[in-house]
Amino acid sequence: MAHRLLSGAMTSTDTTHPDTAPFLSLEAVRKTYPGVVALDRFSMEVRPGEVIGLVGENGAGKSTLMKILGGVTRPDSGTITVDGTAHDGLTVEQSIGSGIAFVHQELNLFENLDVAANIFFGREPLRAGPLKLVDRARLRDMVAPLLKRVGANFSADAPVASLSLAQQQMVEIAKALSIRARLVILDEPTSSLPMAETEKLLDVIKGLKAQGISVIFISHRLHEIERVADRVVVLRDGTLAGTLAKDRINHDEMVRLMIGRMLKEREKAGEATHAPGGVALSANAVRTSTYPDRPVSIELRRAEILGLAGLVGSGRTELARVLFGIDERLGGTVTLDGKPLNVGSAADAVANGIFLVPEDRKLTGILLDLSIAQNISLPNLPAHARRSLVSNGTELATAEKQKKNLGIKAPSVFTRTGTLSGGNQQKVVLAKWLAMNPKVMILDEPTRGIDIGAKAEIYGLMRALADAGVAVLMISSDMEEVIGVSDRIAVMHEGQISGILDKDDFSQENVLLLAVGKKPKLLQAAGGVE
Amino acid sequence: MSKKDLGLLILILVVGAVVTAINPRFLSAINLANTSNLVALFGILSIGQAFVIITGGIELSVGSLIALLGTLFIDFIAVRELDWPLAFVVIIVLGAVIGFVHGWLITRLKLQPFVVTLCGLLIYRGVARFYTADGTAGFAFGQNFPTLEFLTAGRSYGLPNSFIALIVIAIVMWVVLHRSVFGRYLYAIGKNEEAAKYSGIRTGRVIIAAYVICGVLTALSAIYFAMYTRSISPASHGQFYELYAIAAAVLGGFSLRGGEGSLVGVILGTVLLQELQNLVNLLGIPSSLNFAVMGGVILIGVLVDQQWGVFRARRRMIEATRQNVAGAPAE
Repeated sequence: MAHRLLSGAMTSTDTTHPDTAPFLSLEAVRKTYPGVVALDRFSMEVRPGEVIGLVGENGAGKSTLMKILGGVTRPDSGTITVDGTAHDGLTVEQSIGSGIAFVHQELNLFENLDVAANIFFGREPLRAGPLKLVDRARLRDMVAPLLKRVGANFSADAPVASLSLAQQQMVEIAKALSIRARLVILDEPTSSLPMAETEKLLDVIKGLKAQGISVIFISHRLHEIERVADRVVVLRDGTLAGTLAKDRINHDEMVRLMIGRMLKEREKAGEATHAPGGVALSANAVRTSTYPDRPVSIELRRAEILGLAGLVGSGRTELARVLFGIDERLGGTVTLDGKPLNVGSAADAVANGIFLVPEDRKLTGILLDLSIAQNISLPNLPAHARRSLVSNGTELATAEKQKKNLGIKAPSVFTRTGTLSGGNQQKVVLAKWLAMNPKVMILDEPTRGIDIGAKAEIYGLMRALADAGVAVLMISSDMEEVIGVSDRIAVMHEGQISGILDKDDFSQENVLLLAVGKKPKLLQAAGGVE
Repeated sequence: MSKKDLGLLILILVVGAVVTAINPRFLSAINLANTSNLVALFGILSIGQAFVIITGGIELSVGSLIALLGTLFIDFIAVRELDWPLAFVVIIVLGAVIGFVHGWLITRLKLQPFVVTLCGLLIYRGVARFYTADGTAGFAFGQNFPTLEFLTAGRSYGLPNSFIALIVIAIVMWVVLHRSVFGRYLYAIGKNEEAAKYSGIRTGRVIIAAYVICGVLTALSAIYFAMYTRSISPASHGQFYELYAIAAAVLGGFSLRGGEGSLVGVILGTVLLQELQNLVNLLGIPSSLNFAVMGGVILIGVLVDQQWGVFRARRRMIEATRQNVAGAPAE
């Protein structure tokens, strides 16, 4: 095992030892939750120094698997063998003790502390004496080799707040190494990283591998998996859909295993029956606060679903927030049906029939503590009131109608929306807008975290809206979804529309190329894109 | 009436019964009239506070505001000899303006309610003391305002007129809070301001309106308090009244996080607080223990309520799990 590794070294030496005993193996693991089989007959193994790519759609069972490995939940049956010892299930202590470390998508760092303090938080070396002061010198000595191992280009006393996201992830990984991790599980580490940062992270993964540390790399970005994984494990509906050996890892194969039969469902929901109409909403040279120097122009046509693709952070959500009046428009003009429109608040947008289904359902989409009926009536409450007093009759009638039309599964319209499943919550968000008269409907990641059945229903609803003449803008990071559902696709890159694809030009490759600013290779993406 | 309110009512009745058993003067006409007058004065104040708390905010300046507005009111009619209806209107408008400024600072300039109103607490008290040169505002010997005095400190059918005013205000505000579009917006904002905004509610305006309502009701109660004490030394008048109002709301089931509470609850909370004050007097408990008794009761009340909530949530979860296991998959 190599002791030291230069930062970013791209070792091609295969340090995987197929003959050595696996560090971790799962056998016939099953986990059920009330009414749901989350994981069933699942088996996999991880050898020392092996990088496993773990892919699967939302709800495929990845997070359940993570919880089991982290010792947070116990499987109903099956065996977990760690380092030769068989367990029925792990406890958190066993998981940590055997060297399994997690780096989550949401980082758990104290931004106000420096790197060293974060890595050894709660385990700081102390000076002798009754005051138990932190021994800063020794702390720095302990941190330095860890930072070297992850190839860090920042110092131990840098405040975490000053680091980029990728650097912060390196801190998390160094933290994992500090507890002598033998398996590091990275849960969608790149989903919020810009391209160049992603490269650094992939290098760190290769570095870990070279040190004999195993990695489970969970990502929706399949090309990253292609580049670093030694083996790919695909989950679908809680079961093992397949395992791909190194020479068989390719994009299409992974997609086939991940979604296979689902593609058809999507295409069915996605066909337009009407030709697109005239321009409903048009934004001309609009600038958002995130990219104040990048004007965006976009036209939404009636009876059309315009997909808005692009990487996370490309400015799609910000554009939606400006169009809906949540964020201030820094420049440019917006017209609705050809007339200039000044949207200064969400209330203005709603009054003009421009509605948004926001990205964060639980925080901004609905009020979890209110009932279905109260959520649906909220934006249109004055219409349900006589002399400013709410009339329950029309409120409930509207809610009942929407509940039936959208197939919201709940005991009654009085049910608190917080108790509903993600799919049904999203239907409530849609219901409140459908109960009014949408002209323009903006949906930001409308199917994120929603199970497959509800997804198809939501695609159907979007298509029905478009058929009824509504201009639909769908922001999505799910490539299959964008291609399957949209009539046209606009792609954003670093705050600007980098291109618009018509149906004939739809392909994952085209979308991806536009998303990275038309650069053929993804290697050096930072800046310089026109 | 919710179960919570019912529990509070029972507590009030039980405490009342115990006090009566020890000292029957509790139920004497004069004691009841006095207590109901105090309930009215504090009740009007607390309703205002409740409107702010429901949005997740807090209004700490009301005690100082009562000193300032009370001082001004007495000064207007006793020294400057304004017509009292005019002075009344001026004071109410002043309360509304101050409420508006607070709401504006909080929603437009994004200052924290605690900070804004804490500064108000200090400023208004200071201004009031400066205005009277740290003296006392009061009526000259023989100055009389028969109509005003009747309306504020008088009685009809044995009931203090202030109490009748409270009942009228409570009914109106009940409708506003529990039946109106505005009331629904208040709850929505208290539960989740961001989601309310995304539903097209002009959250800033609604929150400002809540502070204006609080300012107006505070101004009204300031006049009542001024006419009740008839002389005001701004250094101490109204001190800690913001805490009485907050305590009444908390006892009445309001959450300081916002989005929870009922109008009946805050009235009952006020009644309980005044009953406890009264109890201290009637039972011969040293009046220095006054605050300690109140604090203790509030703590116990909140604790019982919270534990009851935890208990019920746990029971509901066990119930739900049992149903799910029995079959019928969720979804």
